Amino acid sequence: MALKGNLRDFSLTQLLNLIHLARKNGILHLENATTKAWLGFREGKLAYGGLNLEENSLVAILYRGKRINAAHYRTIKEKSGSMSDKELGLLLVNAGYLNQQEIVQNIQVYLVRLVHRLFLWEDGNFHFENDAPLPKGKILVRINLENLIMDGTRQLRELDQLKDEIPSLDIALKFCDHPGASVRNLRLNQEEWKVISFINPKNSMKKIAEAVKLNDIEMRKIAFGLIQAGVVEMVKPDGYSAKRTINIGIPHTNPAEQTSLIKRIIQRIRSL
Amino acid sequence: MQTVKMVVTGPFNAGKTAFIRTVSEINVVSTERKISQPAEQVKETTTVAMDFGRITIDQDLVLYLFGTPGQRRFDFMWEILSEGMLGFVVMVDSCKPETFREARMILETFRAYAPTPYVVAANKQDLEDAWGIEDLRIALRLDSQVKLIPCVANDKESVKIILIELLDQILRELEVNTERAS
Repeated sequence: MALKGNLRDFSLTQLLNLIHLARKNGILHLENATTKAWLGFREGKLAYGGLNLEENSLVAILYRGKRINAAHYRTIKEKSGSMSDKELGLLLVNAGYLNQQEIVQNIQVYLVRLVHRLFLWEDGNFHFENDAPLPKGKILVRINLENLIMDGTRQLRELDQLKDEIPSLDIALKFCDHPGASVRNLRLNQEEWKVISFINPKNSMKKIAEAVKLNDIEMRKIAFGLIQAGVVEMVKPDGYSAKRTINIGIPHTNPAEQTSLIKRIIQRIRSL
Repeated sequence: MQTVKMVVTGPFNAGKTAFIRTVSEINVVSTERKISQPAEQVKETTTVAMDFGRITIDQDLVLYLFGTPGQRRFDFMWEILSEGMLGFVVMVDSCKPETFREARMILETFRAYAPTPYVVAANKQDLEDAWGIEDLRIALRLDSQVKLIPCVANDKESVKIILIELLDQILRELEVNTERAS
């Protein structure tokens, strides 16, 4: 099945959320007018990525991360030749130059920065290549997407979009029954923690915003981030009734007659 | 003669008119007009008030299917159409992620109008660009309990499945209400 579209319509944050929740394996390809990017995932976790405009070999990542200087970079490039990242990483570890943890950390930092840059793309085509194999020679990492999703939603500045996502602050929030993220592992700022402490189906978002002294936009941003990270979901507050409800179309007869009416319709539709 | 109605709603060009045409025993009374907005000219006409289809159940009972207009500027019709419905179907074009947010908004609006049972029909599943059902569920943020059913609006069997799922849901809700009352 296709998973493609434009970032205008379905943002990178939403895509990451989908990949995270569906624990997808594969490669997400992104392309705007000037640049191509790709992100590889294993079981819904970011494993590797790159941009066509820059080198994403291990040695380039270490140089960019200031873990090696320009002279080292040139020397390693010359000597490593056609060596894969895995082979080079092993060589560096065996030579006592770096340890495994440092290598992994540098790759993780590179990938997180890459995704942060991609969050700024407002336009561009995407398609997800389901179950596409990840490159063999690359060092694959496992980055949880929850925090990246939170970071991405923090960059959302358009009130209109937030209003689309959260149409009313009269709605309450509750913790998801099966949260996609452990709250403890999330990097939340002070205001987000304050909001978390008020989450309860009895409290509308309006009430929480008043208590925490947030304006509408700030409240919506925080709520949207928490929803996207799979921590909370929207619910009608306790005691809330829709402003206007209308009659349901089943005639006000006894329950047996109502059931019989629906069964007659089912039977008829089956026979069409 | 008793009449009951169900509503078919969803974003512009989701396939609502086709859905009703496929099962209606009368030529669908459609209030289509030529599209004036260039941005919406992916098809020649659109429904401005409602589509109206009919299925005679038996001598005493008729089911009407109402399709809502897809364009937002006609959304004043939604509330009127939802009055007294048995339940509703939300049609989503599985190939158009740009309409998913709109579909979710329509779903929330109808749920606010009337807390009746509903199902979501993932239309155009026969096309190559269609998003998979589980991806759609996440994109539309549908709870696992919400019925999200693959659909091809031009295919009678497919439309029948959607309607029967909705009716089953109505039946289950009736049973729950009866149990609560007793």
